[in-house]
Amino acid sequence: MPGALQDCEVLVVGGGNAALCAALSARERGASVTLLESAPKAFRGGNSSHTRNLRCMHDAPTDLLTDAYPEQEYYGDLWRVTGGQTDEALARLTIRDSAACTRWMKAYGVRFQPALGGTLHLGRTNAFFLGGGKALVNEYYAAAQRLGIQVHYDAEVVDLAIDDGAFDHAVVCAGGEKRRIAARALVVASGGFESNLAWLRQAWGPAADNFLIRGTRYNMGKVLKVLIDRDAEKIGDPTQCHAVAIDARAPKFDGGIVTRIDCVSLGIVVNRDGERFYDEGEDFWPKRYAIWGRLVAQQPEQIAYCIIDSRAVGRFMPSVFPPFGADSIEGLASQLNLPAERVIETVRAFNQAVRPGRFDHAVLDDCRTRGLSPEKTHWARAIDAPPYYGYPLRPGITFTYLGVKVNERANVLMKNGSPSNIYAAGEIMAGNILGKGYLAGFGMTIGTVFGRIAGQEAAIHARR
Amino acid sequence: MHADDPTADGANDPLVNGERIMRICNACRYCEGYCAVFPAMERRLQFTRSDLNYLANLCHDCGECYYACQYSPPHEFNVNVPKSFAEIRARTYRQYAWPAPLAAMFARNGLAVSLVLALMLVLALSAATLVLGKDLVAATPDPAGDFYRFMPHRVMAGVLGGVFLFVALALAMGFIRFWRDMGESLSEFTRPDALRRALGDVLTLKYLHGKGAGCTYPDERRSQARRWFHHLTFYGFALCFAATVVGTIYHYAFGWKAPYGYLSLPVVLGTSGGVGLLIGPAGLLWLKLRSDPQTSDPGQLGMDVAFIALLFATSLSGLALLALRDSSVCGLLLVVHLGVVSALFLTLPYGKAVHGIYRSAALVRCALEKSQPMPDAGLD
Repeated sequence: MPGALQDCEVLVVGGGNAALCAALSARERGASVTLLESAPKAFRGGNSSHTRNLRCMHDAPTDLLTDAYPEQEYYGDLWRVTGGQTDEALARLTIRDSAACTRWMKAYGVRFQPALGGTLHLGRTNAFFLGGGKALVNEYYAAAQRLGIQVHYDAEVVDLAIDDGAFDHAVVCAGGEKRRIAARALVVASGGFESNLAWLRQAWGPAADNFLIRGTRYNMGKVLKVLIDRDAEKIGDPTQCHAVAIDARAPKFDGGIVTRIDCVSLGIVVNRDGERFYDEGEDFWPKRYAIWGRLVAQQPEQIAYCIIDSRAVGRFMPSVFPPFGADSIEGLASQLNLPAERVIETVRAFNQAVRPGRFDHAVLDDCRTRGLSPEKTHWARAIDAPPYYGYPLRPGITFTYLGVKVNERANVLMKNGSPSNIYAAGEIMAGNILGKGYLAGFGMTIGTVFGRIAGQEAAIHARR
Repeated sequence: MHADDPTADGANDPLVNGERIMRICNACRYCEGYCAVFPAMERRLQFTRSDLNYLANLCHDCGECYYACQYSPPHEFNVNVPKSFAEIRARTYRQYAWPAPLAAMFARNGLAVSLVLALMLVLALSAATLVLGKDLVAATPDPAGDFYRFMPHRVMAGVLGGVFLFVALALAMGFIRFWRDMGESLSEFTRPDALRRALGDVLTLKYLHGKGAGCTYPDERRSQARRWFHHLTFYGFALCFAATVVGTIYHYAFGWKAPYGYLSLPVVLGTSGGVGLLIGPAGLLWLKLRSDPQTSDPGQLGMDVAFIALLFATSLSGLALLALRDSSVCGLLLVVHLGVVSALFLTLPYGKAVHGIYRSAALVRCALEKSQPMPDAGLD
């Protein structure tokens, strides 16, 4: 650890995108800044290391983005995915400020690239980081070092001293010792609680034991819990989390992007009993992948299996785990440990219900089933071209929505309503804007916009 | 765990490990903006040994993808493309070497190159002594600096010309073996568009350029140092080679005999090239010794250093010969220079130099692929 923990003007808790944006912004305003990352250096950056883009408003084509993505359309997209569960003022602030993000990021060395292969539909709305989120985090840490921000790894905040709504000092566990570090202002950007398996179990019951965590193992939600205990006003529901269906063979933590399974809309999905349970072709996969985590979580033993035939091969992003494969449905069922007769019957009934149509994966085509429950409403083709392939699916938690309530200055609101000297950014306050659902790249937008606001406001407060 | 577990250790076979890593990378694709490797990877769903040989030689070892990787060690996926590809490249150098028995020289390359160097020095010394019949260090310096009195021109030209022809054949055979492994026909290689594009990539070192930012070598901080030192080395070597060609033309076409004046074309070319070939290799060695051990294959240090050292010694002995050609050590320096040059050329097909052949050929193949439509590989 470079140097001992010192008191400072702005203390930033967290080590991902929002924390780094806050630290750099506070430093821009002249504050002395200390950043505490609970992870070791090799795993710094939290879930930001697994990201790849941020969603930006723009009224005309930019050097990075095509066409235009005006505020109204952006807000409309957000409203749709959240079903209106958003704070409109904060949401519009985030959207408007997103327009200036990439310029600021570039000044700190972040580089961009054209939309990634396989994600061309995002080329208008999302700016992609060259090399992904870890490259971005690396640039910010390098900038922090250049600018004299004190960065400490393996430094976990275990308690906050908050007196009458005002932060005084943090208790930090680092190097096996507990120490105090005082600051005039505090920025919490320490993520959600999705890595805290006990907390997940508390919210979800025993089903949570079968969840996989797509990101960092260090989002334990300790600071979030302390803030809630110290009368910060909370927002969101602990049983809400963003979960997608990922390969059941993925590691418990940090599997990231490569564990996704992108062939659901090309096949059928059955549960442990060999039964289908939802319309696999309801809408384009990028618009539906986020509901499948919950769907699988509601199935017995939180497991499901996606079955495709050879016609689907090459039509979806390759997965890191090779599929199980067999020349017959029976053989595949036995490889997947599924009741063969049930699976054969499910596939037979599905194939029989498929109506003739013109298959086109790029549009909502007319290939559908009739007389099935549930129907498959698009891209339904008989599964009859061996070899057959199967991928096992589990819910993969991306992030949690429970957080602290903030105002437009990123101030954490205490139960008595008075804004404090505590600011929040990133996942810990994303629930203010994203009550449910998700928009690709929006987490990084919230983190960048509110990280910058929190850093600036904390520095202004600290140096007043 | 499943048999195809991406964390499964395939460290014993570089190709098994490389296939495992490419499968992870192809499901991620975050690095596709860095270089030619990842877009080429995306054209594939499976990675055969030939594919891996191709991708490994296409890799310029810039290190960017390692530092940007969310799965680099200590992550359990243990993704390390630069290191894995370095190991695969080393294997391909042996696989394509011609004649095959000489592939053994790659096994302990530093030692092998040193032995060839020693042998060449002894041979040159013996030849000169035989010709001269007396002490090599001339008692009376020759103000004209004529070095053919130590070794007749026809001997020098005959021996080095023979070496050159053998080396050209060996390198050409290596290239053909690589190209066949790619499954490409030789007529494809001569397609002018692809060739022009690849030549541009080679001559500018496009993939060490990082769109102006440089690459993460020798460590995580980005710099253009390696690219510039490589340019000095490559173009320095090219200028020295040009000096020899011009000298040969002078000798045979015009009957102008060496030594040439300090401002003559061969000497100007040789001197400027020689300076590049001093600074370039010295810089590359300096960077190499400071490079991040995480991204390199330690087994190849001997090979890298041997090649760099020979290039440096070629230039140093050549420049010393020029500076001291009218002194009493002229003969000795000539013998040393000829020994070093022949050792450099003889070991070209069996050392680090082959990276230039295979990487250039891989860039041609990459350009050929780019002219083809994207196959169905996950981009519905």
